[in-house]
Amino acid sequence: MLTKRIIPCLDVDKGRVVKGKKFENIQDVADPVALGKYYSDQCADELVFYDITASHEERNIFLNIIERVAETICIPFTIGGGIRSVEDFRKVLLAGADKVSINSAAVSNPDLIKEAALKFGSQCVVLSIDAKKNTKGSWDVYIKGGRENTGIDAIAWAKQGESLGAGEICINSIDTDGVKGGYDTVLNEKLSKLLNIPIIASGGAGKLSHFEDVLKCGADAALAASVFHYKEIIISDLKNYLHTKNIPVRRCNY
Amino acid sequence: MIAIVDYGVGNLKNVYTALKRLDLDVIITSNLNKINDAKAIVLPGVGAFKDAMENLESHNLISCLSANVKKGKPLLGICLGMQLLFDKSYEDGLCGGLEFIEGDIVRFSNELKVPHMGWNSLHRNKNHNLIKNVADGEYVYFVHSYYLKTKNYDDVLLYADYGVKVPAVIAKDNVFGMQFHPEKSSDTGIKLLQNFKELII
Repeated sequence: MLTKRIIPCLDVDKGRVVKGKKFENIQDVADPVALGKYYSDQCADELVFYDITASHEERNIFLNIIERVAETICIPFTIGGGIRSVEDFRKVLLAGADKVSINSAAVSNPDLIKEAALKFGSQCVVLSIDAKKNTKGSWDVYIKGGRENTGIDAIAWAKQGESLGAGEICINSIDTDGVKGGYDTVLNEKLSKLLNIPIIASGGAGKLSHFEDVLKCGADAALAASVFHYKEIIISDLKNYLHTKNIPVRRCNY
Repeated sequence: MIAIVDYGVGNLKNVYTALKRLDLDVIITSNLNKINDAKAIVLPGVGAFKDAMENLESHNLISCLSANVKKGKPLLGICLGMQLLFDKSYEDGLCGGLEFIEGDIVRFSNELKVPHMGWNSLHRNKNHNLIKNVADGEYVYFVHSYYLKTKNYDDVLLYADYGVKVPAVIAKDNVFGMQFHPEKSSDTGIKLLQNFKELII
């Protein structure tokens, strides 16, 4: 049976993981490769490395990180942050990434989805959408890290992304992000019913039941950062919990 | 020496790294002589079926692969590389394959989410050394929109359930295939590649 995926996201700045607590068994917790390996050993299903390096000159550090991750870790991983062109796709895929996540660049140039899907296959194109609820009861697409409202309807954009060739949609709910009060189950349920490609829910995880709620609403995967980094939730415990709630998950050591 | 066939589709490095980790002597090549000299051939691949066949053709690899398979050389196809081993695919119309094994590549029903993406459990159809020590229910990582509709279910060693029985590991004589990505499937993937290594050395 196809399982629901649990995906930790690591923000990386100039080659170092930005936030995180001290973990036992890891000498250098800020090393993305060491932390990625730690999550992989805990039975994470995939990893996301998000490059938040501001300056363009230091982006090559990140390519080196991708290469090291690919050499060390035997699970799929996605690269996001600063991807603007087919050439950017090519670079990170050749460095060993399995998927590439695009956000603002796809909004300003939707054809990027199509071009990348044709060139490298839909399986590696993840359309990431920052969505925020508006007063009309729908959701708007935000860009530039959630600072700018485009006025585009998030559900329509997700649908368009699918038809342009995205292989997956990662829906990050700005309203719930960082609040730890649970994922936006309403939006995830709507998208899941409407789309024919997998949905990754992002933003809002605070406790075990939040994962259960959103995965039962149709999301195929749940992404989280701080609950894992600050060890509020251990992935292997989460998998055991979801298993007891009859959600199909891959468990490693039980 | 094992030759990973480089025919211009997708990134071959992860397959290379995984085989290297097993202490195998591996090269990535499109050189016909090197492929002819290799002890075994690995045919990886992501992307579209038709592009892949056209690329194989333009590198003169179709006749090379066929000759090597006829000689009895072990060939492992991975993901799209496995699909290419069969008669034809219905991806974007109809396109002929390498015809090493009988079967067609067809699209998943639209009632399912496509691609079939993520970790799915494996179930045994037939015993074989390629799948030894892999227990029923172990997970591997799939990502594909088309699957094998086989003529002879006896060629299927392991399958996964996704609306239909999805052939996951296949074997016919010296031709092997894995629909998922063993190089991305953690311990189970490594085990399967290790089994392949033992078959060929």
